[in-house]
Amino acid sequence: MRVSLTVNGQRREDDIEPRTLLVHYLREVAGLTGTHVGCETSLCGACTVLMNGRAVKSCTTLAVQAEGAEITTVEGLARDGKFHPVQEGFWEEHGLQCGYCTPGMIMMATDLLSRNPDPSEAEIRAALEGNLCRCTGYQHIVNAVRYAANKMRAAKGA
Amino acid sequence: MFPAPFEYHRAGSVKEALSMLRQFGDDAKLLAGGHSLVPMMKMRLATPAHLIDIGSVRELSGIREEGGKIVIGAATTHAQVETSDLVRRKLGLLAECAALIGDVQVRNRGTLGGSLAHADPAADYPAAVLALDGEVSLESESGARTVKADDFFIDLMTTAAQPGEIVTAVRFTPPAPAAGYAYLKHRQPASGFALVGIAALVTLDGKGNFQSVRVGVTGLCAKAFRAKAVESALAGKGRDAIAQAAAHVTDGADALSDIHASSEFRSELARVYTRRALEQALARAKS
Repeated sequence: MRVSLTVNGQRREDDIEPRTLLVHYLREVAGLTGTHVGCETSLCGACTVLMNGRAVKSCTTLAVQAEGAEITTVEGLARDGKFHPVQEGFWEEHGLQCGYCTPGMIMMATDLLSRNPDPSEAEIRAALEGNLCRCTGYQHIVNAVRYAANKMRAAKGA
Repeated sequence: MFPAPFEYHRAGSVKEALSMLRQFGDDAKLLAGGHSLVPMMKMRLATPAHLIDIGSVRELSGIREEGGKIVIGAATTHAQVETSDLVRRKLGLLAECAALIGDVQVRNRGTLGGSLAHADPAADYPAAVLALDGEVSLESESGARTVKADDFFIDLMTTAAQPGEIVTAVRFTPPAPAAGYAYLKHRQPASGFALVGIAALVTLDGKGNFQSVRVGVTGLCAKAFRAKAVESALAGKGRDAIAQAAAHVTDGADALSDIHASSEFRSELARVYTRRALEQALARAKS
C-alpha cells in the first residue's frame, strides 16, 4: 500500500504492508534508526516521535495512520550541525547513561516545551511519565529539560 | 511484534465507514487512534481481516455545545478532552478523568469513542461517563440511536453497540455549576490502567447534605457500573455517612482477580477509593 508523509521536512512516498508499524517504517524503510524499539507494548516511550507536533508512540501507530502527517524524529532536531536545545541539555546535564531511552525522552521533552515553555519540575516529571529510563537517571533527565527550557526562553527573549 | 496481515481501508466519512462495515461484516474492525486495538493486534488477541480507519473522519472529531448539551465526537483524543476549555468549565469530571489516562503519548492518540467501544474493564473513561449520565450516539445504515451510559456497558469488552453500528459521539448534560466531583484511581504501575477507578458526582441541598449522588466504578468487575447501593445510602445524608455508604460499592460485585490484584485487594481498593472520591467531591461541592 502506498503511503505518503513528511519525515523531518522531507516528503516521502513508499509502498509498505498495511501492518507496518510507524517505528519500523522509520527505522527500516526511511533508514532513521535514532527512534528505538523498546518494550513494543506502548509502555516505555523509547519509540516516541512527533506526529504533527505531538508526541506519539510509534510502536503503537501504523505507518498508514500517518498518511499526510508530518513526522519528526530525533534526527530532525539539529539545525546546521548544531544541537537542538533539548539535545544540548541532555549533553550538558548528563541526561543519559546507556542512551537507549534518550531519543524518546528528547522527543517527549520537545513536545512538552512547545506547549509549556517554563515547566515546573512536577510538570516535567508528569510529561515524562510515559518514558522509562532503566538506568534510573531521571534526576539528570529532568535537569536536562530545565536546561533546554531556560535556553529556549533566553533565545526567544534575545 | 507485528499484527497479523490485514487489508486497510481509509474511510472519508461515517457513511463510507458504514458501507465498508456492511461489506466486510464480522471480519472488520474499526480503527480510530488504535491505542486499544493495535496492541491487541500485535499480541494476536485480535486478527481482523479488514481494518476500517475512521481516524481522519472529520465529522467524528471535535467538541461542541448543542442545545444545552456538550457533544464530543467519538474520534476526539483524550488530550483534546483534557485541554478543552469548554470541557474543563462544564464537565470538569471528564477533563480530570481524561488527564489520568495512560500517559501523554497515549492521550495524544487514544479516543473517547474508541475507549468506550472497546470497553476494557480497566479503562478510565467509563467511570466518568457513567457518573456524568452520558449518552452514547450510535449510527448504522438503518439510522441513528442513543444509548445511555447505564445501558451501554454489557460485559467484558462488550457493549450495546450492534454489528454494523459506529459510535459517533457522546453527549453530556453539564451538571449544575455547584456540583462537586472527583475521579480517583489506583494505577497499575506499569500500564497506568485503573486497578480501580471511582468517579463521583454530587450535589448538595440547602443544609449541605447530599441531594444527588452518582458513582461510576471501573476496574473492579468485568464491566464498569454505577454503584447504586452507595448512591442510595447517601441520599439526604451528610459527610458522616460516607464511610459506611462507600463500603456498599462491592455489594453484589463479582470482583476481578489477576496477577496485579486479587479480588479481595481490588474490593478493598474500591471501598477506600469510593470513600476518598466522595469526600473530595463533597469538599468541592457548594450548597
